[in-house]
Amino acid sequence: MDRANMNDATTLVSEILVSGGAGNGLLEAFTGELTRRGLTDHVRVASASSRGFGASEPAVIAQPAGILYCRVAAADVAEIVEETVLNGRVIERLRYSEPEIHRALPFYDSLPFYSKQVRIALRNCGIIDPERIEAYFARDGYQGLGKALAMSADDVIGIMKDSGLRGRGGAGFSTGLKWEFARRSRAMPKYVICNADEGDPGAFMDRSILEGDPHSVIEGMAIAGYAIGASEGFIYCRAEYPLAIARLKSAMAQAREYGLLGENILNSGFTFDLALKEGAGAFVCGEEMALIASVEGRRGEPRPKPPFPAVAGLWQKPTVVNNVKSYGMTPQIILKGPEWFRAIGTRGSPGTAVFALTGKIKNTGLIEVPMGITLREIIFDIGGGIPKKKRFKAVQTGGPLGGCLPASALDTPVDFDSLTAAGATMGSGGMIVVDQDTCMVEFAKYFLTFATAESCGKCVPCRIGGQRLLEVLTRITEGVSSPADLDEIERISRNMREASLCALGQLTPGPVMSALRFFRQEYEAHIHDKFCPAGVCKGLFDYFILEDKCKGCGLCKKACPQDAISGERKGLHVIDLLKCIQCDACVEACNLDAVIAQPRSKGVHAIPVA
Amino acid sequence: MAKLQSVEELAHVSNAARNALAAQRGTSTTIYVGMGTCGIAAGARDTLRAITAELARLQIEADVEGVGCIGICVKEPLVDIQQAGQPRISYGNVTLEMATRIIEEHLVKGQPVTKWIVGRVPTHY
Repeated sequence: MDRANMNDATTLVSEILVSGGAGNGLLEAFTGELTRRGLTDHVRVASASSRGFGASEPAVIAQPAGILYCRVAAADVAEIVEETVLNGRVIERLRYSEPEIHRALPFYDSLPFYSKQVRIALRNCGIIDPERIEAYFARDGYQGLGKALAMSADDVIGIMKDSGLRGRGGAGFSTGLKWEFARRSRAMPKYVICNADEGDPGAFMDRSILEGDPHSVIEGMAIAGYAIGASEGFIYCRAEYPLAIARLKSAMAQAREYGLLGENILNSGFTFDLALKEGAGAFVCGEEMALIASVEGRRGEPRPKPPFPAVAGLWQKPTVVNNVKSYGMTPQIILKGPEWFRAIGTRGSPGTAVFALTGKIKNTGLIEVPMGITLREIIFDIGGGIPKKKRFKAVQTGGPLGGCLPASALDTPVDFDSLTAAGATMGSGGMIVVDQDTCMVEFAKYFLTFATAESCGKCVPCRIGGQRLLEVLTRITEGVSSPADLDEIERISRNMREASLCALGQLTPGPVMSALRFFRQEYEAHIHDKFCPAGVCKGLFDYFILEDKCKGCGLCKKACPQDAISGERKGLHVIDLLKCIQCDACVEACNLDAVIAQPRSKGVHAIPVA
Repeated sequence: MAKLQSVEELAHVSNAARNALAAQRGTSTTIYVGMGTCGIAAGARDTLRAITAELARLQIEADVEGVGCIGICVKEPLVDIQQAGQPRISYGNVTLEMATRIIEEHLVKGQPVTKWIVGRVPTHY
């Protein structure tokens, strides 16, 4: 009787582990019961270390069925052997029951940071171990590739076109259309390139995907290769991302082991493999033509388009260049279908966008939201607003080649077209928030300094225009500019926009032009009054403590490295301008916004009046 | 590792992986540590070391996995504890000292330290 259904049951249970309580006599009890039933040849008993179930131990684990019993007593042993070992049934009362206290804890998707997010590109990030392909398999990994291989390449392209996916690198060109152009091009061989250069300061969307879910990119690239008829692909990853590079290499190797990269993938006849090419510290190599030049071993410089890479790209052959996020979303689009993707986001910008929230914001981090969500929702609902009770001043989108938007634009929906219409750009997804303590002249100058340093130098409008623009902005921040400088900014910007060879030069004036558009008074104050209202540009303001706000707490006095502040407890504190070096320590220390920047007074100062 | 020879084999491997993971997770404690650059920059390597040391000291067998960035970088280092297949419980800003305390309180005594908890990760994530 005991052996009748034994074959069935023992495939479910061939091992009993007694964890964290061998001293309770459970080990002996099990051995005894199994001997009594004649099962010792088929089921082994062993003691195991505690598995961390603390209060719920001793625990019993039945493998390979994966059944866990808690608070097991010797009296339960007979029932366990009868029900679970012999008959494969679970004893409910012995199962692990989640403590009540757990249930009071909120789920992530009810937290403000997560409740508005829809995770497609980020679906596996933070959830799986990126170094184990099996974890990716368990979450439908490579099912998209499998599905694509079962349909025609034209059908795959049709799905991508119907989904409406627009390139997430920032240009927003239809991904499906780009693949179609490459497919229609006759020249062979063709190539698939992933732009993983991510040069924007403050952007780490692509890095997080490469580090957290590299297989999604590999799978997306394989699907693209199948669609256009390529058998080789390159991932161009900036060298400043060593962790991403390591994870990619490990993922590619594991994919090859399973035959998901290499010859005749899944016996479909499709051959595809990837190579990794590291960048060498040049922002311009995020521009696709400069990137291609770099892969070819040449200096990273763009060339005129047309012809576009889909027609003549890498080594003049048809090449598809897409961003990490675009490839990362591809497997899901194939698996779930284009209508699913279209149902998210807006008509003109279907799907989700991934943003890196940085700057003066409480919840810095990475988010993925449906297109069409407003800037206000992102910055205040998800981001938690501005820390230290400061006021929002502007948000920079699109990185150093994007633009800034003021408080009046907070209700702008985030999608490709709305952001452009508002005066900024979507870019790759970097979003930098600044507060009242940021000078919009200095802020634009920061991005301009970066962009001009990164100019490859090939074309005059960018190489020289950038330098001249930077000189103007520097003059303004030093208080030695004239009203004509505003016209100069407009003139140079127009030249760069219209005549630069690539998007780097064309969009370099973006930050300063948008700052001028929305914060013109601040520029005029610098020029006409030699005054920096935000209290940033050294020499263009005096610090002053407001009488009606100061409560005499003395924090500023303690913070000042120059002993420039005097005052009694509970009395008004005063800054001695003969000693003040404008280091900002008092501004940071004050919790009452009592230290303000005001136009310079006459007389001798530690920092000379301009 | 044999190369997969068909889409069916891939589906088979996926199912096997899902089942194996479920069986493993359903009977053990898994500790996930955010090991993206954001986590590492916040000190996750030290936190991870403290966790493995404490588990060894207490002779507790738990799976420790490094994962990528789950997005709420301001709370890194993030340490998630998952037991018996239940939703992961996420601890935020976990220092070395907190890690040791969490293992003692959460694993040994069965009492999560609620004031350090960010939330639970829904199973559909």
